[in-house]
Amino acid sequence: MYTDIVMEHFQNPRNVGEIPDADGVGQIGNPACGDITKVFIKVEDGVITDARFKTFGCAAAIATSSIMTEMAKGKTVEEALRITHRHVAEALGGLPPKKMHCSNLAADALHAAIRDYQRRRGLPVPEDRPSSGHHHEDHHGE
Amino acid sequence: MRRIYFDHGVTTPVHPLVAEEMYRCLKDNFGNPSSLHHFGNRARKAVEEAREKVAAAIGATPPEIVFTSGGTEANNMAIHGIAYTNQHRGNHIITTAVEHHSVINTVKALGKQGFTVTILPVDSYGMVRPEDVARAITDRTILISVIHANNEIGTVNPIAEIGRIARERGVYFHTDACQSVGRLRVNVDELNVDLLTISGHKIHGPKGVGALYLRKGVRWRQTLFHGGAQERLRRAGTENVPGIVGLGKAAELAASDLEARAAHLTRIRDYAIKKILGSFKHVRLTGHPTARLPNHASFCFDFVEGESMLLSLDLKGIATSSGSACTSGSLEPSHVLLAIGLPPEVAHGSLCLTFGPENTEADVDYFVEVMGPILERLRAISPLDEETAYADRNECLSCRAAEICRHH
Repeated sequence: MYTDIVMEHFQNPRNVGEIPDADGVGQIGNPACGDITKVFIKVEDGVITDARFKTFGCAAAIATSSIMTEMAKGKTVEEALRITHRHVAEALGGLPPKKMHCSNLAADALHAAIRDYQRRRGLPVPEDRPSSGHHHEDHHGE
Repeated sequence: MRRIYFDHGVTTPVHPLVAEEMYRCLKDNFGNPSSLHHFGNRARKAVEEAREKVAAAIGATPPEIVFTSGGTEANNMAIHGIAYTNQHRGNHIITTAVEHHSVINTVKALGKQGFTVTILPVDSYGMVRPEDVARAITDRTILISVIHANNEIGTVNPIAEIGRIARERGVYFHTDACQSVGRLRVNVDELNVDLLTISGHKIHGPKGVGALYLRKGVRWRQTLFHGGAQERLRRAGTENVPGIVGLGKAAELAASDLEARAAHLTRIRDYAIKKILGSFKHVRLTGHPTARLPNHASFCFDFVEGESMLLSLDLKGIATSSGSACTSGSLEPSHVLLAIGLPPEVAHGSLCLTFGPENTEADVDYFVEVMGPILERLRAISPLDEETAYADRNECLSCRAAEICRHH
């Protein structure tokens, strides 16, 4: 059901944990829904220097969180805001269709952390948008 | 790698003697039981012998057994057939919140076709209260369907008592006994049932075959399948002869050494429950502590999600089930776990172990050995703990899944 990349990240997730003095923290999901992702970022000169996560959820939820932190590190805040949940799924070699919406919250959690950082710094916070331009396509088969 | 199968509630390995009889049938007995010649007669004989074995296993007579493609078809046939054959008497159907999907979705479908439906709640063990059944019966009630033993939480319902109430009130009573046959004593007279569902692959028989018990004299007609006159007009379609032969053998074996098998399974089950509850923190047993299937131990582990546990265990060679949303393909955890009053966040952490005759205490020890590090790892990744677990319920608005999630 899952790709080898998903299983590898599920078994050996990168960047698990919290950043005590994080510059931004974002959380998406809800324990009642079965998936919750919390992201911590450090930002220096507009570049994400560290990203860590904690996730409650299925293998897909853990793997998407893990690969998202790898994708975000080293990117500028603006670049990181352009990471969509579709990019995350593609980096994992794809996700089962039913996992695309419910267990692929990592990009949203990253964006929430970036907005938190922008608010803390008094920077303009861009309008909250869904992390995919093809938002409704994800709901096929529901 | 060591492989342990703890998923006998989902399906069971085919018993070698069953496989042997089926192979012999496939090889030497290809006839169509409807044919009048030698080849047909031999196939007919095999089907009727199997019918006798299935009937004997549940205390019925052979003409009361109809072969089906499995438990789902038998449940559909039972409920749909009673509903449409007894419409002149009433249109009310009673069932429960802990039924298998093949019962609950059939009843719900009838609810959209002019029947009225009562879905009874259960107690926190998942048990149906007979007094609730009695109260729900009206003069329009034509059918009550209550699962014998639940597949997700193992709880065994007071079927005999509910059956007595149904009979006193003149209402037909169906039970889905897919989980209980071969694990509990199942006798249609002792249980006071009019219709009863059996599945082949849950009792070490083949997939794709099951049976419906239809008590003699019950007003029931086939209302779903139209075709030939097979199974005395009760189930059209050429008989699945090798499957039926396999089911017959499996039913015979299920009934033959029931007490010894149940005792062995109960020992493993009680050992597992005690050991798991004693070894881990933040774990609870789901279902009834004693009135449960002898082979069934089900739990909810706090702060971790079921699919992650299931896949982690599979990587260590242990096969289990979970009722979490992620294993069901919907956003909601199992309807059974919600029906016993578990909050969704707890239900997401469900893990179900169902034992078979080949399992041993050493298998349970191995489970506990590998489960410790798995729980530790997943809990270290999880943002939830005792303090946060229930504090985050109002975060729904920011969740992209919110629009299709019932919590929003």
